[in-house]
Amino acid sequence: MTQLTPRAAPARRPRGRAFLQALPFLLPNLLGFLLFTLLPVLACFALSLADYRLAPITSFHDLQEQVRFVGFDNFVRLLGWHREAGRLVANDALFWRYLGNTLFLMLGIPLSIAGSILLAGLLNQRLRGITIFRTIYFLPTVSSAVAVVIVWKWIFHQQPNEIGLLNSFLTTLGMSHPPNWLGSMTWAKPAFIIMTLWATVGGYNCVLYLAGLQGIPQELYEAADLDGAGVWARFRHITWPLLSPTTFFVVTMSVIAGLQGSFLFTAAFLMTGGGPAGATTTLMLYIYNYAISWHQLGYAAAIACVLFLLVFGFTLLNWRYGQRLVHYQ
Amino acid sequence: MLKLLAYLALSAVGITMLLPFAWMISTSLKAPANAVEFPPRWIPSEPETVQVAGEDRLIAEVTGEPGLRVALLRYSPEGVRVQILSPASRAGEQLTLSEADLRPVRQTKLHWGNYLAAWRAHGIQVREAFFGLAHRVHGFLVFYLNSIIVTTCITIGTVFTSSLAAFAFARLRFPGRDSIFLGYLATLMVPSIVIMLPVYALLSSLGMTNTYAALIFPPMFSAYGTFLLRQFFMTIPRDLEDAAVIDGASPFAVYRHIILPLSKPALATLTTFVFLHSWNDFLWPLMVVDRLALKTLPIGLAHFQDSYTTEYHLLMAASVIVMVPVLIVFMIGQRYFVRGIALSGMKG
Repeated sequence: MTQLTPRAAPARRPRGRAFLQALPFLLPNLLGFLLFTLLPVLACFALSLADYRLAPITSFHDLQEQVRFVGFDNFVRLLGWHREAGRLVANDALFWRYLGNTLFLMLGIPLSIAGSILLAGLLNQRLRGITIFRTIYFLPTVSSAVAVVIVWKWIFHQQPNEIGLLNSFLTTLGMSHPPNWLGSMTWAKPAFIIMTLWATVGGYNCVLYLAGLQGIPQELYEAADLDGAGVWARFRHITWPLLSPTTFFVVTMSVIAGLQGSFLFTAAFLMTGGGPAGATTTLMLYIYNYAISWHQLGYAAAIACVLFLLVFGFTLLNWRYGQRLVHYQ
Repeated sequence: MLKLLAYLALSAVGITMLLPFAWMISTSLKAPANAVEFPPRWIPSEPETVQVAGEDRLIAEVTGEPGLRVALLRYSPEGVRVQILSPASRAGEQLTLSEADLRPVRQTKLHWGNYLAAWRAHGIQVREAFFGLAHRVHGFLVFYLNSIIVTTCITIGTVFTSSLAAFAFARLRFPGRDSIFLGYLATLMVPSIVIMLPVYALLSSLGMTNTYAALIFPPMFSAYGTFLLRQFFMTIPRDLEDAAVIDGASPFAVYRHIILPLSKPALATLTTFVFLHSWNDFLWPLMVVDRLALKTLPIGLAHFQDSYTTEYHLLMAASVIVMVPVLIVFMIGQRYFVRGIALSGMKG
């Protein structure tokens, strides 16, 4: 490394000067990063320890009025339990329910990943016009989520005298009482999963898998052919192990994205308002409601911190145990 | 044979992907009364009518009698009273037919006016001065201008500041460099809401929500851009700049004349990413803006949906209006976008 570094012996250069030289490059981004990314993360933890009702602050007195340090009260209210008529009851039963919703909606992830692998396999062939298909599969990813959600709401539509595209189709197939997708406690979540599947299956994951497939040496398949391996054996013993680094990355990112659920937030916000009866409320929507609709920023921050810990915990576990399943070439 | 199967599978998935878009466009071109129909009609069409004795009458064809076209006059217990329109030899003759034999004639009719109606919709009209425009401005004009302003500023700001910082991380030596970069990396994993809440709290206690600054500055400095460019800059061989440095080139000259020109693909990738992301961003604008005059396209469209919940033809037209520019940018930047996913993905 050192021989490549210009102006030999940079170590002897005064440290202050080196820093000053880097400062103009660093400063514009670093200041913004500190103010709008790094400090907010720390501030979110601080906020979660406070009772903060939102109102304009014009003086220090206002600040003292509105921000009250409450220690871990928010977390006790969020995660704790109490006894009610001899039974243990969660302090915030809704939180557990919405955490359940969030996890339930993540059941679509394995389906989406399996679909992405399949599509990538199809796209990895030398066929004319293959880029057109790749572009089409990617369209939902680049489209405005709001527009996508609005058209899906119209597709799932079901009113006494009006039925949407999907149920028209199901009726034509002979189903006499197709589900009232977005209006039913049972079917709202599957509807969300179907829509998410459509939106993600040809997206980032598919492109990553395609890149992964293109990195697999062709000779391996030729050798397998000589040994008389079938399609499944080729997939099981060559493709799948060699794609495992991609799978590791894809699973990590999908789970993190699933926990945050920004697409599902948009969907719940615009399609169902989190209903019916909270069936599609995710943690993100719960946080949003506390912060924006109910002006309780401290509590919202506490939920956000828990979400962060979930993401962090998953990443850590995945890193420690998931890595073992990865096969590096 | 295998090729054919592959094409079939590819097309089946492709059609599934396109159906919602096609349905969006189809509905956006329908007359209000025809937006909800069973069975659904993909090509918007309406029953054809003709004037008979000063009144609009539906036109129908008759099963089993090719070439016969009739105008429906009135329904009666015996059947439908009709008047023959063609063939010309029998025109004007009236007879009664069974309703089951009549098939209404439809003609394709595309209501392009829906787009204009959505654009001009009253419910989203901005009733205040907007950049020296009149006091009443069409909602989508305002949303478009806001989206263009906000997205352009965020994109330029991100690419400019993060390329400078990435240069410092990739090429300069200074105390604390690696720890600062680690700080950047650590935030990549943090859910965005964790970052948004305190910034929102700060902005709203300072009374700074509902400003362009609130829309533009906070999203500009995510660690992502710096990370992506730093990874790319690291792959550029150092030999190139050594000569320049020996000749006395300043770090800025190296950045400007060597690194930037060699990084065009990475810069294009980041530009496409940031553009698409901020153009489609929903949550942050939703949090910091509730004045109509400051809304960007996604939250403007959400507002439109609130006001026109059941007018599907307008809703779909509005969705198309919002979607088109993104699709154009994607078509142009597609190459960089796909490469960018592979680049950032495999490094992660």
